[in-house]
Amino acid sequence: MSVTPDTRSNGTELFESEKKRFPNWVITVVSVAAALSLWEFFGRDIDPLFGSYPSAIFLAFLGMMQTNALPAAFASSLQPFFAGLAISVLAGVPIGLLLGRYRLFEAAFGIYVTAGYATPLIAMVPVLMLWFGLGFQVKVVIVVLMSFFPICINTWAGVKAVPNSLIEVGRAFVAPGFEIMRRIILPAVLPYIMAGIRLAIGKAVIAMIIAEFLTQISGLGGLIINSAQSFQTAEMFVPIFLVMAFAVGLTALVGWLEKKIAPWQSEIAGDNGM
Amino acid sequence: MAIIEWRDVVKIFPLRANGEIRALRALDGISFGVESGEIVALLGPSGCGKTTALRIAMGLDGATSGSVFVNDKTVTGCGHDRGMVFQHAELLPWCTALENIKFGLRMKGVTEPLLSEIANHNIELVGLGEAAQQRPHQLSGGMKQRVGIARALAIDPEILLMDEPFGALDSQTREALQSELLAIHEKTKKTIVFVTHDLDEAVFLADRVVVMAEGRIREIIPVEIAQPRSDVRAYRGSNEFALKRTQVWEALHRADE
Repeated sequence: MSVTPDTRSNGTELFESEKKRFPNWVITVVSVAAALSLWEFFGRDIDPLFGSYPSAIFLAFLGMMQTNALPAAFASSLQPFFAGLAISVLAGVPIGLLLGRYRLFEAAFGIYVTAGYATPLIAMVPVLMLWFGLGFQVKVVIVVLMSFFPICINTWAGVKAVPNSLIEVGRAFVAPGFEIMRRIILPAVLPYIMAGIRLAIGKAVIAMIIAEFLTQISGLGGLIINSAQSFQTAEMFVPIFLVMAFAVGLTALVGWLEKKIAPWQSEIAGDNGM
Repeated sequence: MAIIEWRDVVKIFPLRANGEIRALRALDGISFGVESGEIVALLGPSGCGKTTALRIAMGLDGATSGSVFVNDKTVTGCGHDRGMVFQHAELLPWCTALENIKFGLRMKGVTEPLLSEIANHNIELVGLGEAAQQRPHQLSGGMKQRVGIARALAIDPEILLMDEPFGALDSQTREALQSELLAIHEKTKKTIVFVTHDLDEAVFLADRVVVMAEGRIREIIPVEIAQPRSDVRAYRGSNEFALKRTQVWEALHRADE
């Protein structure tokens, strides 16, 4: 009896369809390139007062880089942005953990968080200016007000979703409350916290621009409003796109960070779309 | 003297149905003791109170009245004198197999170098040395439960409490783990109380089978088979095993009459 090696199949062609798939980033790049081309093509017919198009915006970008107007505005915007976001994470995560873990805390303070999230906090800006002035401080407060709640509420919901069976493991091995929090609840909630931070980045960017519109005009928001008021439409789009690119990049960075510090999550959940 | 003893343990759960609150008597006064080194099975259909009896012994739930005594001391909460093995292993998904075993030890206050030494010893004991650095989602159901058993054994409890430890496994894995549990018992001489709804498992593993139904103990059946259980094939095929199996089966089904 002889065994003939099966030359027809090495088992890989099963995955042929997988191989032919374009990577996600290629699809994204093609999509963005198509959108920009269309905009470039049709945008040129529009009065430069009412609209602009990618190449004009890019030229404006180069000009604003040369005069240092853009880098200076960006640097001035980033300070309240990161200060506010940092405060939101440092306050939102612990408060969310407490709200989720302790019934008394939840019953006493949960209502404020729920209500705060649903309040149109932008409407508070005039009174905030009375309390905190027009400068750096009030801008930080506005960023915090917008970005605190998504982080806090996500953390809170995450604690609620921790399986009771895992907490019982802690109890069965006589883990004290803070060890259960540190070794069971916190790791289990980490994906929720990161999702909250990603939501908060979008909110904080909006808060930053609004703060620069409504309080002392400065930073990227200041550039937008000043360009708009002097009908320099291409110059107006430059900071808008910068803010957008910044927020997208930062969100991606947080996603990358999440995979670094919570690798089990994507391993369990998988990471594949259709 | 019994190392662990249930004395008149009653557990009543409030049950909300159609706006009314009814009392569900999960345990209706059970009393029995387990000797040191013994393996005892709590056997019965779903809802007979066997898991509740185990959870009260662990200290995860409190009894409505009556108490469980460990070494003549009332159980008032969880303790390192008892090690719990959960039905679905309940490993921490972010920890490796070895880190999961270390969890209980850390909570007991064990520090390095003893921590690694004991954890390594116990992962070898359940035959998972190779998989020490794998995370739970990379382990099969049987391997997860081995880690669960190692985690409980690592804290060196006097009593191992197991809640349907092999119930979620396929039958071949289950049999392999049953034999291993007997081998581990041979080595460690731990007292083991386990909950099961599997009649074969109860007769195969236990020295005594506590047959439960509707929150009460119906009968306690000593297995007392001389045959060495390490020879699985001979043991399971023996007449004594079949007879004992029938006896426990009859005890289980008496209530239906």
